[in-house]
Amino acid sequence: MAVPVDTITKPTPASSTSTLRFAFGNVLAFFILLLIGVLAFSIRLFSVIKYESVIHEFDPYFNYRVTQFLTKNGIYDFWNWFDDRTWYPLGRVIGGTVYPGLTLTAGTIWKCVSGDDLVLQSLNIPLSVETVCVFTAPVFSAFAAWATYLLTKEVKGTGAGLTAAVLLAMVPSYISRSVAGSYDNEAVAIFALIFTFYLYIKTLNTGSLFYATLNSISYFYMVCSWGGYTFIINLIPMHVLLCIVTGRYSSRLYIAYAPLVVLGTLLAALVPVVGFNAVMTSEHFASFLGGMLRCSSIVASSPTKGWSGRSLSLLDPTYASKYIPIIASVSEHQPPTWPSYFMDINVLAFLVPAGIIACFSPLSDASAFVILYLVMSVYFSGVMVRLMLVLAPAACIMSGIALSEAFDVFTRSIKFYISSLSESLQTGVRDIVSGNNASPQNDVIKTDKREDSLKERPSRKNKKKDKEVVEKPSVKSKIEKRPLVLPVEASFFALFLTVLLGAFYVVHSVWAAAEAYSAPSIVLTSHSHDGLHVFDDFREAYAWLSHNTEIDDKVASWWDYGYQTTAMANRTVIVDNNTWNNTHIATVGTAMSSPEKAAWEIFNSLDVKYVLVVFGGLVGYPSDDINKFLWMVRIGGGVFPHIKEPDYLRDGQYRIDNQATPTMLNSLMYKLSYFRFVETDGGKGYDRVRRTEIGKKYFKLTHFEEVFTTHHWMVRIYKLKPQKNRIRGKTTKKSKSCLKSKGFVANCEGGGEEDIVNFLNHTTKRNH
Amino acid sequence: MGRFRFDLLILLLAIHWSTALSDLVISKLDRRIDLTSQIVRMSLSLKVENTGPDPVSEVSLTFPEYQAKNLALLMAISTEGKGKTKGFSSNLPIKVKQPDDSPPSLIWYAVSLLKGLGKGESLTLEVLAVFTHTLRPFPEKITQAEAQLFVFQDSAHFPVPYNVKIQSLTVKLPSENVESYTKLENTKLSGSEIKYGPYENLPALSYSPLAIHFPSNKPFAVSQELVREIEISHWGNVQVTEHYNLIHGGAQSTGEFSRLDYQARPNVRGASAFRNLIAMLPPRAHSIYYRDAIGNISTSNIYGDSSKTLLEIEPRYPMFGGWKTSFTIGYGLPLRDFLFQSGGSRFLNISFGSPMNDVLVENLTLKVVLPEGSKDIYVSIPFSAKQSRETKFSHLDIAGRPTVVIEKVNVVPEHNQYFQVYYKFSNLSLLTEPLMLIFGFFSLFVACIVYMHADFTISKTSASYLAKLQWDEVQATIQQLHDIINHCLAIHDKLEASLRELSRTGDVQACKAVRKSADSLLKDLSKDLKPLLAFLQSSPQAAHILPKVEELVVKERDLQEKIMLKHTTVVDSYEKKSGGRDIENRVASIQQKITALKQEVDDLLEFVEDI
Repeated sequence: MAVPVDTITKPTPASSTSTLRFAFGNVLAFFILLLIGVLAFSIRLFSVIKYESVIHEFDPYFNYRVTQFLTKNGIYDFWNWFDDRTWYPLGRVIGGTVYPGLTLTAGTIWKCVSGDDLVLQSLNIPLSVETVCVFTAPVFSAFAAWATYLLTKEVKGTGAGLTAAVLLAMVPSYISRSVAGSYDNEAVAIFALIFTFYLYIKTLNTGSLFYATLNSISYFYMVCSWGGYTFIINLIPMHVLLCIVTGRYSSRLYIAYAPLVVLGTLLAALVPVVGFNAVMTSEHFASFLGGMLRCSSIVASSPTKGWSGRSLSLLDPTYASKYIPIIASVSEHQPPTWPSYFMDINVLAFLVPAGIIACFSPLSDASAFVILYLVMSVYFSGVMVRLMLVLAPAACIMSGIALSEAFDVFTRSIKFYISSLSESLQTGVRDIVSGNNASPQNDVIKTDKREDSLKERPSRKNKKKDKEVVEKPSVKSKIEKRPLVLPVEASFFALFLTVLLGAFYVVHSVWAAAEAYSAPSIVLTSHSHDGLHVFDDFREAYAWLSHNTEIDDKVASWWDYGYQTTAMANRTVIVDNNTWNNTHIATVGTAMSSPEKAAWEIFNSLDVKYVLVVFGGLVGYPSDDINKFLWMVRIGGGVFPHIKEPDYLRDGQYRIDNQATPTMLNSLMYKLSYFRFVETDGGKGYDRVRRTEIGKKYFKLTHFEEVFTTHHWMVRIYKLKPQKNRIRGKTTKKSKSCLKSKGFVANCEGGGEEDIVNFLNHTTKRNH
Repeated sequence: MGRFRFDLLILLLAIHWSTALSDLVISKLDRRIDLTSQIVRMSLSLKVENTGPDPVSEVSLTFPEYQAKNLALLMAISTEGKGKTKGFSSNLPIKVKQPDDSPPSLIWYAVSLLKGLGKGESLTLEVLAVFTHTLRPFPEKITQAEAQLFVFQDSAHFPVPYNVKIQSLTVKLPSENVESYTKLENTKLSGSEIKYGPYENLPALSYSPLAIHFPSNKPFAVSQELVREIEISHWGNVQVTEHYNLIHGGAQSTGEFSRLDYQARPNVRGASAFRNLIAMLPPRAHSIYYRDAIGNISTSNIYGDSSKTLLEIEPRYPMFGGWKTSFTIGYGLPLRDFLFQSGGSRFLNISFGSPMNDVLVENLTLKVVLPEGSKDIYVSIPFSAKQSRETKFSHLDIAGRPTVVIEKVNVVPEHNQYFQVYYKFSNLSLLTEPLMLIFGFFSLFVACIVYMHADFTISKTSASYLAKLQWDEVQATIQQLHDIINHCLAIHDKLEASLRELSRTGDVQACKAVRKSADSLLKDLSKDLKPLLAFLQSSPQAAHILPKVEELVVKERDLQEKIMLKHTTVVDSYEKKSGGRDIENRVASIQQKITALKQEVDDLLEFVEDI
């Protein structure tokens, strides 16, 4: 598009050559973009090559399961899906509580490629749903790279766009969430985020209602995909406010903003999981600058003043740890450490300030937006490590601008040097000054051209007011550009250093993609002296559960394994990673931290047949249930006060050796983890994770029996022993005493258990 | 216990059974029963003699119903004469042939002989009967540490409907251990074999029940469901995919499973479990995979040599009694090893059953997916099986691939024979899909080219729309310009007319007045012309017509000057009262030029009008 415009405006003798050059440049840019897409896709395949084509971690398994349901049962059943396989006995309305963007995307791709649907033109390529799910994230990261190109191009031109796209294609922070198999909302959401921003900037630059409409649709897709859409709906109004305050208000701004808020909010309210939240909660506040007062009076009547817990912890980083342990217990909700910045965005952290400076010369609406985006995302990433993901595109755009500007300056200096050299050779006698004048002239024209092509649209279409705004900085930049000619040695050296920096970034990114972020976490490997050793215990356990238990059996485990159990073992779980009901999780936490008998009662009241614990003590797998146990105690204690954290700590220290408290050693979790563990190493019972001998070595289980333990003992499954037959118990002495002791325990333990049971009955009733 | 009742019934019947087929006498019957695996193999060697007068063409074999319903395979070979097992003739046809007066608890199988057995002749019949599910675990539930025990029940006398002169039975056990066995006369246990007999001169259908209770820890892998899909690609590959639903068919495991015990002493605590299975794949099998619904199963090994490929697979967990699992194995085979040509058709020659020798398949579904466009499909299997057809859609198919579906229950390793699928396929059909792809991409690129060259936008900012606007403007300008020139020409005509008037009336003053007014008009017009020309010059759209227009304007001005000159000359001459001829002489040269210019201007005007 830019090509004809340029030739029209400059019917100079050189127009034909410049057309050719532009055409060549466009083709080159196209191929570079293609390669960037290939790079973004293939750098994420390390996980498939090193491990296998499999869904990773926890949440992706849920998304995978939802996608399977969608492809099998269709979209209408999907919206009405009430899932009884989870949160037993409450169940979960999946259709109304899930962000459907990712699922619908992958489902549509699958339908198009290999579906038997006659409506969509299917290619009959036999791909499994799993394969489509595995490769959705890499495909969308290629899209995200292209969207970054478009966005940065709108801000600072093609060069910066290409650089930013390359950087984004391999930024470790984004790789960590979008490797093949990481089938999570963020995979498509980052693309949607960047693309929405691009369309916003595009609308801002053109004032076209067409792009404004596209922008709302893109925003709608973002709302469908990820809860992070609130970031957009807050950031854009902030930018608008900034523009108004700094006197940059224009009709283009109005067109960019108003349709987005009106259409976007209407569309957002169509997504079941958002619904009226789109206008009711404070997170969407910024968008309604006008009606703020009226809205706030409605919203303020709710207890948390309309803010959700996660957002509150964004505003006040200490909020979660104070009030909601369940949010704090998730490692990705913790604030990041400095090394994690270096790990996740690497050299971009140093390039970003340079990018900000470059954005200020000249400061346009678009570059102001990018700066604002960066500042906000830096703040949010500082609160929650997970939001580093939002920072990554901003950092890439900034660094892309910085690198591109730097290259521009260095190459211009070198070019100037070369041309002055040839000039002096040719004319010989002519003094340097004339040569000096001649070649910067060239450069200025060139930069002008570049700027023209950038500013062409707004200046042509809009009123004089805007023209002034745009032209002023370009004149200024013309003045500034002239003295930016560095000595040739310095620019060669700086160029070398910049390339070195880039190379370092590439090396780091590839390392991060290959080593740090591609482990699927359900398959673990270790390199020992006799080669690669695979720990496939999780799938062993889930496969066992799915084949050797009844289809309606309920499996209790800590919520981390809920999604995997429903997806891989197809068994009903009590709690899962969608931590929507704190009390329910607290019930499981309480059961895990109670003594065996009390735990049995709780589990039995929940119809649980199997209890699954993850134990890393034999092979040294650190993220096992014993290490998570304090969170179970905390969350359980938060709801059921008879569970007290200090009971499990000896002098404030969490330990499982012989110094551990009796409450700890008698808790169900301890017993299920270490049952007969001592016999593995001849009576020592050395825990390889805690690096200590366990406290209580020989004990028997009375209410549970071991039914399965995986090869490396990482997953242990216990079955609840059936209830004692009470009628027979009357006749024999032994059972009588047992009954007595039962009553005794119940008395001793106090009302806590009864409360739980009552609560459960209550919730069950309410649910029905 | 039900079986014992059956046995009793048979026994009673046997006594009352009148020997209708008494013409044949079996002079020697050797029976061997192999109990070393879950599949019970009974091999019979019967020496049949015809004592009657008529030639006999059928030999009947009977099995009790409880055995017959588990009969997976029955094969008979006759080795004629007394010689060695020479000239292994093909399998004799066997069919069920129930006599009307037979008790329902006996199933009769009629073996048709190749040629009738004449009087006094004899032949040896080798029969192989393979049974599944005949070993009953007893006790039915065991704990992890217990050994697996099985009960085998049969008769010491094979119930043939003929008199038997000498009969003996050998039962082979998996080990030397035996819990208990029925002790009849002439029973001998030696090593892992129990010998019954020889018994002499037994009547037809004599029956003597026996039971053997013995431990067996051989893998009892039963595939409840096996779907084998064989897909032929004429690009050089036969892809085999096998989906197994496996269960340990032995004694149910009950109580705790302790990994500790299993790991510490797997041969004692977990003797009944099996850990791995071995699949014998054809040589040159490649791209082998082993996975299940939740991903790759990393515990497998491949050993191979030129005659076979051994794939050792290990389920995710050790299989205890009653435990189930499911998995998929797949491998590719080179096409040239399995696909052959005969006459106009091709045929696939590949083995029927599962490549795992230890596995008993309860329900086998075998699908042979032929390439799209195959015709005249015909299947040849050495034993009976249910056949049907379906269509499978795969990579870019339009009509779908014809698929032969063969279903069979109780498939044992003995079924692992080669079978053939014949079909006709033209090599040209091989190219349809690549051509489709080429065409698809080609049309995509063409569409792209068309899209890039055409402008579909309705936007007011698009380049083409702007160009069109400019062009409209240019046209309007040219129209104006045209009008002005026409106007000029009209003035010229007026001047000429005034000259003619002058020559008629000699009114110099009037002529001068006309000229004056024409002069001022022309000046105005040329003033008007200037901005139009400037616009045309600035407009890039008018670039290609600009020279003509400019030429037109120049010519017109020239014409104007010439006419003015003529006019002045004529008027001057009139003032000087020159003679008419003199004037004409003077003007003639100018007039010539004027006509030439007029012609040119007219041409140009026409051209401009066309725009």
